[in-house]
Amino acid sequence: MLSTYKYPKYEYRRPPELDGAGQGHHPVIIVGAGPVGLATAIDLAQHGQRVVLLDNDDTVSIGSRGVCYAKRALEVLDRIGCGEEMVAKGVSWNVGRTFFREQEVFNFNLCPEPDHHRPGMINLQQYYLEEYLVKRAEAVGGIDLRWKNNVVGVTQQADGVELRVETPDGAYSLNADWLVVADGARSPIRSMLDLDIEGKIFMDRFLIADVVMDADFPTERWFWFDPPFHPNQSVLLHRQADNVFRIDFQLGWEADPEEEKKPENVIPRIKAMLGDDRPFELEWVSVYTFQCRRMKDFRHGRALFVGDAAHQVSPFGARGANSGIQDADNLVWKLKLVIDGQAPEQLLDSYSAERVFAADENIMNSTRSTDFITPKSPVSKTFRNAVLGLAEHYAFARALVNSGRLSVPSFLTESILNTPDTDTFAGDMVPGAPMDDAPIESAGSAPWLLGTLGNRFQLLHFVEDAATLDLGTVHALKALAHERVAVEAIVVAARGQAPEALRTVIDKAGRIRERYDMRAGTTYLARPDQHVAARWRAFDADAVRAAVARATCN
Amino acid sequence: MPLNTQPNFSEPGKRYFRAFSPGDDFYEMLIDTHRDLSDEQSAMVNARLILLLANHIGDISVLREAMQIAREGV
Repeated sequence: MLSTYKYPKYEYRRPPELDGAGQGHHPVIIVGAGPVGLATAIDLAQHGQRVVLLDNDDTVSIGSRGVCYAKRALEVLDRIGCGEEMVAKGVSWNVGRTFFREQEVFNFNLCPEPDHHRPGMINLQQYYLEEYLVKRAEAVGGIDLRWKNNVVGVTQQADGVELRVETPDGAYSLNADWLVVADGARSPIRSMLDLDIEGKIFMDRFLIADVVMDADFPTERWFWFDPPFHPNQSVLLHRQADNVFRIDFQLGWEADPEEEKKPENVIPRIKAMLGDDRPFELEWVSVYTFQCRRMKDFRHGRALFVGDAAHQVSPFGARGANSGIQDADNLVWKLKLVIDGQAPEQLLDSYSAERVFAADENIMNSTRSTDFITPKSPVSKTFRNAVLGLAEHYAFARALVNSGRLSVPSFLTESILNTPDTDTFAGDMVPGAPMDDAPIESAGSAPWLLGTLGNRFQLLHFVEDAATLDLGTVHALKALAHERVAVEAIVVAARGQAPEALRTVIDKAGRIRERYDMRAGTTYLARPDQHVAARWRAFDADAVRAAVARATCN
Repeated sequence: MPLNTQPNFSEPGKRYFRAFSPGDDFYEMLIDTHRDLSDEQSAMVNARLILLLANHIGDISVLREAMQIAREGV
């Protein structure tokens, strides 16, 4: 098979503990240097928190695996310094088309609104994401990244965990105050701690083939129900970087995975789809089944579960890696506040509650997609085909066509960290909402709202002309930076600069006003993970302090 | 009023943040209604469902239009 990618081999270094050196005790150990473990490590390091990151291997993910990275994950990657590289290398797309037999019956646009920095989705082989994250982890400083360090034992203590780690040079022990478990769907640590993960297995098999070819297909997601070249089953086509195309064939439960993986069986399927005269080469083939399941709690004492170790979904909707990156986004600021003694441990229970809520939404949506794509009974199939048949002419049926509801962030409306509204607002930026992007002008910062938000609590206060802001308000806004949990105030304005060099951003296209329903005086409290914590029609420092206390379980 | 073929699902008191959610809520409920039924039982459930919904709609001109569309191309 062809290879468009050269797998890096990262250097194993003999751990100092084997020679009686090393501190042996660490505030945070993360297990698993996949996308989620790496994102967690980088985010903590950016907060100034030293971490140890252990991985049992010494390279990146083999095969393209997770290929779709959604807008919200890209925004998180922007915050941790990898977004630009991902978008530059990846294939950006917004449009998906769905075909039934030979007809296009439905298409969607993931990002129908203008004035967002990131596209709805990019496609990029998972190994590139991991390579960029490793590079960033090495550059950011404070991450002790240990390849070929395999955790073989874990013991929970009242105020920490003890790990037994095997290396090519022998075994050693490490202690941590906090353990972040990012060791994937089969999570050995979850098993060692004897913790359950519950859900259901889907009785179907899918063949994924990465195919290298020169093709002028538009950069769109194409999905077929019952196409002539693969009758009674579904097929999905995605373009990735380097002219690699991902083709995903539904095979049915009876298929033999070993037989189906053989090139002599894969190639005829691809030829039937592409036609005989289009040259291509196979790069990677895999047959998979999947489960939709999650742990009951993502926090067990001092162990915090993230990504596939905590929850798994069907691949329809790209809700796996994307939700794992959002786990890291949600966890890190909370863990840092707890480590620094600025918030009680209960704040970490809100990590579990919020990400369980998101996992349930992801499992629900991906299960619905799976049930539509692979109907479980004759009557389900009849309804499915009736929807597809009506979709060509009737809008209501197009809305029911479900070939995957692609990853979008959850609105954490049930979170105990939210301060409920006491004023009335239009739009979707409710407490718990993932914040919408918008173009801005601001001295010395990115030209996007989300580029200025994150990593700390921030208060957005809107006035038409920033220069007219009274000094009393300026001083009260500035004073928030000296609270126990600091809040950075930012004036959002149509024009002008706030007095005393108070940070000001200009809502140049009016999108902040529109998306956040801002009027003079409107004030939003933003969490460090770019979610709305609270909002008011007027600024009141006491209300802000109370909302910060609530959002940090203080 | 002519037959409405635009997306029209919603549940009172429920707030939707994603356009696909209300239709998917309906579709899941529809498929769940048939769970563990034989084909014959499912056909009976569908017939009863049509009768109940037709009576609720009431306007025979709307029902006529729906019936015509339903037959086309089957």
